[in-house]
Amino acid sequence: MSDHKTMTLTLIVWRQKNATVPGKFETYTAKNITSHHSFLEMLDCVNEDLIAAGKEPIVFDHDCREGICGMCSQVINGAPHGGQDRTTVCQLHMRKFKDGDTIYIEPWRARAFPIIKDLIVDRAALDTIIQAGGYTSCHTGGVPDGNAILIPKPIAEEATDAAECIGCGACVAGCPNGAAMLFTSAKVSQLALLPQGRAEAATRVKNMTAAMSQCGFGNCTNHYECMAACPKGINVKFIARMNREFIKAQFA
Amino acid sequence: MQFISSSIGRKILMAVTGQAMVLFAIIHLLGNSSIFGWLNGGINAYAEHLHSMPLPIIIGFRLVLLAMVCVHIWFGIQLTLENRGGRPSDYAVKFTQKASFASENMIWTGTLLGLFLLYHLAHFTFQVISPETAALKNLVPLHDAMVPNVLGMVVAGFKNILVTLIYSGAMVALFLHLSHGIQSFFQTMGWSCDKSQPLLVKFGSLVALVLFLGYVTIPLTIIAGILKG
Repeated sequence: MSDHKTMTLTLIVWRQKNATVPGKFETYTAKNITSHHSFLEMLDCVNEDLIAAGKEPIVFDHDCREGICGMCSQVINGAPHGGQDRTTVCQLHMRKFKDGDTIYIEPWRARAFPIIKDLIVDRAALDTIIQAGGYTSCHTGGVPDGNAILIPKPIAEEATDAAECIGCGACVAGCPNGAAMLFTSAKVSQLALLPQGRAEAATRVKNMTAAMSQCGFGNCTNHYECMAACPKGINVKFIARMNREFIKAQFA
Repeated sequence: MQFISSSIGRKILMAVTGQAMVLFAIIHLLGNSSIFGWLNGGINAYAEHLHSMPLPIIIGFRLVLLAMVCVHIWFGIQLTLENRGGRPSDYAVKFTQKASFASENMIWTGTLLGLFLLYHLAHFTFQVISPETAALKNLVPLHDAMVPNVLGMVVAGFKNILVTLIYSGAMVALFLHLSHGIQSFFQTMGWSCDKSQPLLVKFGSLVALVLFLGYVTIPLTIIAGILKG
């Protein structure tokens, strides 16, 4: 077993003071890393060393560290969240790397996501899209009794699949155009599939996609990199659904 | 007007105009295949049939095609420029999982096809590239009438290795452009789901491959001496 063996890795990390100052790569050595370390724990170890040496630690976003909050956001060797299927950075483990590996760590890169510091970007643009229509404003009363509103199981499941989006922005980071189509389509679909959200479906898709463009996101050209990057496996079928909703909305 | 300034609206215009041109490419190939002799009188008879249609139909058809090309080029360039701005700086390590050479180079394969289109029109429609073999000036008998010798013009053109290379190269660009473009049309129109999407990718590549093989067969059989004037 490799339990007691440790790895030494070379990290090439993007360091940037703030949105206005140009950033650059700095090289660090991660020592005494075991295969059980998560990627963020590995960075914690490097930061401990940096702090002990009186240097500025690498700043990165994280919160739940169990793959559900959508805070961690790093591009590792060119892949958002490291490229392991349906995995956030916090759930990526060092067993995926070998002793002596060189790892490039960068922030999400998109015009709509300005860098705050080092690996942290401002993802408020995703909130702006939600504020443009990612909700229902009709009165639905209190919490309804179970089965009071009948929804066929396949529809309920599909809406839940769309609702799996944790809003991390990996789709934007992976998209060569910096488009937020997968994120927006997941939100549009989740609501359009259910009776409570159906009423406002037409205005929602128009407003949310308009907000998407205004925020500086690019346009979709069907590369499907978003789907490959998504840690929740959101399918591009939701983009097709959003396109359908958009066409329908023109006649609504 | 909101539609043609919106992200998805412009994407739909790209898809519809692109798909219309794919349909044209399919019909164009079927027509051209008359050169292999399945039509009585061959490609000369086919060309004569097209040119004997009422003038408003011919002009109308050409104007519609021209409009499709213009809309496709205009929004293609506009969207590409916007999308380049969507990610202002690239990652240090390039890593793609789903994007292909074809999907990443649509603007360049499209540019090549646009330039080829100009050459192709100058060659066979306006017939200014090699005027001595121009079909309009060399009439041949067909069913008791004199018609332009399209077969002679095409065969003379493709006997030139350079011309054959230009056409074959352009068809490689066509294959790449359509192998992404056809499946993209279905996705953009929303005519796709999780089960059909991977199949549509394969279907699009297959149609692109058939068009590529169909089109290159004409110059290749001519230069190989199989198809004669």
